[in-house]
Amino acid sequence: MGILSDVPTRSAPHGFWRRLLRSPNGVVGLTIVLGLVFCAMFAEVLAPHNPSKMGTGGRFLPPGGDFFLGTDEFGRDMLSRILHGSRITLLVGAVAVGISLTTGMLVGMIAAFWRGWVEAVLMRSTDVLFSFTETLIALSFVAVLGPSLQNAVIAVGVAGIPFYARTCYSAALVETSKPYFEASIAAGAGPARLVFVHLLPNVLPTMIVVATLGVSTAILAAAGLSFLGLGAQPPTSEWGYMLAGSRDYINRAPWLMTIPGLAIAITVLGFNLLGDGLRTSLDPVERR
Amino acid sequence: MSSVLLSVRDLSVTHGSGTRAVPLVHSVNFDLARGQILSIVGESGSGKSMTSKALMGLLPPNVTATGEAQFRGANLLDKNIAPPRGTGIGLIFQEPMTALTPVLTIGMQLTEAMVVHGLADARDAKARAIQMLERVGIPNPKQRMTQYPHELSGGMRQRVMIAMMMLLEPDILIADEPTTALDVTVQAQILDLLRDIVRDTDVGLILITHDMGVVAEMAEDVMVMKAGRVVEAGSVHQIFQAPGDAYTRALLDAVPSVETASVDSKPTDSQALLSIRHLSKTFSGGRAFGIAASVTRAVDDVSLDIMPGETLALVGESGSGKSTLGRILARLTKADKGNVTLAGTDLLSLEGAPLRQERRKIQMIFQDPYASLDPRQSVGAAIAEPIKIQTTLSKADRAKRVAQLLSRVGLTPDMASRFPHEFSGGQRQRVSIARAIAAGPELIIADEPTSALDVSIQAQILDLLSDLKSENGLTMLFISHDLAVVRQVADRIAVMRAGRILEFGPTEAVWASPRHPYTKALIDAAPVPDPSRKRSARAHALDTFPMTPLIEAAPGHWVAL
Repeated sequence: MGILSDVPTRSAPHGFWRRLLRSPNGVVGLTIVLGLVFCAMFAEVLAPHNPSKMGTGGRFLPPGGDFFLGTDEFGRDMLSRILHGSRITLLVGAVAVGISLTTGMLVGMIAAFWRGWVEAVLMRSTDVLFSFTETLIALSFVAVLGPSLQNAVIAVGVAGIPFYARTCYSAALVETSKPYFEASIAAGAGPARLVFVHLLPNVLPTMIVVATLGVSTAILAAAGLSFLGLGAQPPTSEWGYMLAGSRDYINRAPWLMTIPGLAIAITVLGFNLLGDGLRTSLDPVERR
Repeated sequence: MSSVLLSVRDLSVTHGSGTRAVPLVHSVNFDLARGQILSIVGESGSGKSMTSKALMGLLPPNVTATGEAQFRGANLLDKNIAPPRGTGIGLIFQEPMTALTPVLTIGMQLTEAMVVHGLADARDAKARAIQMLERVGIPNPKQRMTQYPHELSGGMRQRVMIAMMMLLEPDILIADEPTTALDVTVQAQILDLLRDIVRDTDVGLILITHDMGVVAEMAEDVMVMKAGRVVEAGSVHQIFQAPGDAYTRALLDAVPSVETASVDSKPTDSQALLSIRHLSKTFSGGRAFGIAASVTRAVDDVSLDIMPGETLALVGESGSGKSTLGRILARLTKADKGNVTLAGTDLLSLEGAPLRQERRKIQMIFQDPYASLDPRQSVGAAIAEPIKIQTTLSKADRAKRVAQLLSRVGLTPDMASRFPHEFSGGQRQRVSIARAIAAGPELIIADEPTSALDVSIQAQILDLLSDLKSENGLTMLFISHDLAVVRQVADRIAVMRAGRILEFGPTEAVWASPRHPYTKALIDAAPVPDPSRKRSARAHALDTFPMTPLIEAAPGHWVAL
């Protein structure tokens, strides 16, 4: 008899949202992410200038005055570029994680469900992929496909697959060995029912949390590729690319580097906090 | 009682504070003297463990204790005083598997506390540890000192725990369900050991348990707790013979007594529903390059018949292979050899769709009510699942059938939309039973269906199962380690050990005249809830038992002798 089982637990507030809104991390994370989504959706309206238009004001204007966040080396408005960049950032995060999550879950669930040689083949190839760093996999993908934002996103997505496959595999393995799963087998359930009715809903909460945390990793990775010149191409307003471009002016105009860097940092923080909040609100053990 | 060791007055334990405070224990009073065994009995949530944790200063954060507990002239509940853990009060936990540190040797763990408390230097501590291991009945103590916990069995580990506590020469031992995780024969040995230690060293023992049999066997004084309150306290004879409180009476009534006669069974001469012939299954561990390092014979050449309408109990301790046998029959584990026929169909050769159809005929009830229902599936959907898979009933008819089933197992139809976490353990087990009978199976395999439940709930579930049996003519394979439970439900008993069936026959015949020494040891080891029948000496469990092929010793009564 554990310590917890002796304490009558207060009935958890009903519904997942109330639990999420009760965790400080979740609230802050959700606010940041929602703010980001807002910026991305209304970038056209919010941005005071065309992000690609050169010479809007002078070059290297410091933040403040007419240009809230200053201008870059071509005289483009930084605020507009950041706002437009949020679209790409969100899209990059969502698509890359989407690729890793769906493929990884498929691989993980199939391996855990069928076991035997299927498991051996899938999980060992995952291990092989795992033994390379994600950046290396992404780099070699871009090398083959050619540098473009789209390819960078695919590369980041593919590089993330092993991690999601592993996580999903271990989560699914736990579920398949539970009595409720066996009860369903004993009732005569076929593979489709077992996977979609029992396995998927039970691994999904874990995977949602992992995916939220993964969005930030994907954004960082894509920004990294853009920084190396392998992702977004000019004149796209992508944060990682902006960061890369500002390298030469670090002494002259430090805000060119600081602002996109801060934007990335805040976004990553937002997704991490949201993931943490989701973890506590989806995990039955953490419910108080 | 001569000298009072511990005097507890008005002990209350509260979770949280202010308006959100939840009382867990309400003003408990008791005294413990030297050489006294006080038993605190109660079901889960009764506050019995909280009481002991309060005394040890081991309450979880956010939980506070008030009141007074005088021990060696100080109040144990005073937060400013370091609790006399170890040297004053020793605590023995339920789980010997996790109570010892896995990465340190037994010797290290035994001597560490003595040295820390300044009771001995390293060399002296080692000598005393070896002596104490011998005292608690561990063979080759010198050798054991260098071993790690995983090299010892559960019973051995519990002995090591006891040795560890006794080395610090405490005045009080608190044993929190010390034998609950152990097999019945091992439980008997540990209880004997605890009793010897109390007699020889004059410590006071607080024995926390839910098992009335253990209470009757061990305690002189009993305190019955329910929902944080002491409902009754008194001497063991008084509690058992003239229980004053309704709850105590209910608790005693709920204990499946080994004395009550079971359902009268009539041997049926009809065709067997399920025939098992020469079934074998081995598990191999530590496989490397296709060569197994160790082989466990989980099921070893077992042959059995289950007659229609009967309840056949498979009894054995952990590792006997009883669950593996059940899982093979439910086609959840593959057998190595042998065959099983269910009403003429060869069960083990089926695959794919024909197997899925045949599964309808055999359903399982699992031990853990918390894991046997999908947490993300409503209870109604869980019960409807076998119906949906196996029949062509429309959605409306299915809902009707689910409602019927829910009422049948003692729940209400409106509970169908709720989810498992909204139910108690006993209610979940009812749902599992409803799911098992939903598609009209011919055989139910119940694998320890009541072991995870409180006694009063256990009694209700057993009643439900026997109702279903008598009304619906259900055939059941009842797998259990608990002889008292088995005696109550089974028509025939098969005793299993190390993968083999050692004795097999009608319940009363096996019970009244057990012929195999292992069966005798099992029956002898089971604690009897009757304090006047305290045993003095117990036949010590042997390590080896005859495991020859079964011969018919009496009509229908087979023994491996």
